[in-house]
Amino acid sequence: MSSLETPLHKVQGLGASHSGTGHFWRERITSAALIPLSLWFAYAMLGLVGTNEVAVVSFLAHPWNAILMAAFAVISFYHLSLGLQVVIDDYVHTTGIKLFLLLLVRFVVIAASISCVFALIRIAAL
Amino acid sequence: MADHPQETGAPATRRPMSPHLSIYRWQVTMLASITHRVTGAGLGLGALVLAWWLVSVSNGPEGYGSFMDYADTPLGLLILFGFTWALSFHFLNGIRHLAWDMGYGFEKHTAARTGSLVYVLSVVLALGVFAFAWTGHGGYLQ
Repeated sequence: MSSLETPLHKVQGLGASHSGTGHFWRERITSAALIPLSLWFAYAMLGLVGTNEVAVVSFLAHPWNAILMAAFAVISFYHLSLGLQVVIDDYVHTTGIKLFLLLLVRFVVIAASISCVFALIRIAAL
Repeated sequence: MADHPQETGAPATRRPMSPHLSIYRWQVTMLASITHRVTGAGLGLGALVLAWWLVSVSNGPEGYGSFMDYADTPLGLLILFGFTWALSFHFLNGIRHLAWDMGYGFEKHTAARTGSLVYVLSVVLALGVFAFAWTGHGGYLQ
């Protein structure tokens, strides 16, 4: 799919906010995706509460459940990084500290997302 | 001239500021907005606990046990209840935000009413989830 960015925006790369509406839009898209995924997550957690390790593994090893859990985890972490970026932008005004925190948030959410997906693959192989 | 700080360019100039937290009278719409941020950040920790749970389960029975040793304690359950309420609030208030983004519910009294409603419903939802589990209705995926 071709980019929806205007040529002018591409050349400039920066505005007062250093970006356009992309961040806002991604935050909304991920939140819309998280509505059904959160409901599924609640259904899954309530269905597993009070059970044992065998039940948890066999539930998460099922492809559909593994895919939905991976989607819930990864999209949640992405949504988290978008949200925390706004908080950092609002409250941290020192460029160096701001850059450090923004990189730290991205580093943590990417590491955690990969860990979740890798864990789900290992569970499927248990 | 000293009477016109903008012209001196001195770093200590007192420029007019937009009103913020300490200026406004507290009201439910601003409280809900702040709570949305706080629950969002809190759910970041919750997401890390989710990652910890998945990694623990992937480590087999001992790994699962090591997670449950922490989770199945009074403090662990209290923290899980906190995450349950935070997710309930962020979920419901997030829908409120999406409705605003589509142009619905922006009227002042409507926004205040839905704000209060979100607080009440989030507590009911979180208590409902724990009541559902404690009355033995959970575990249906066995």
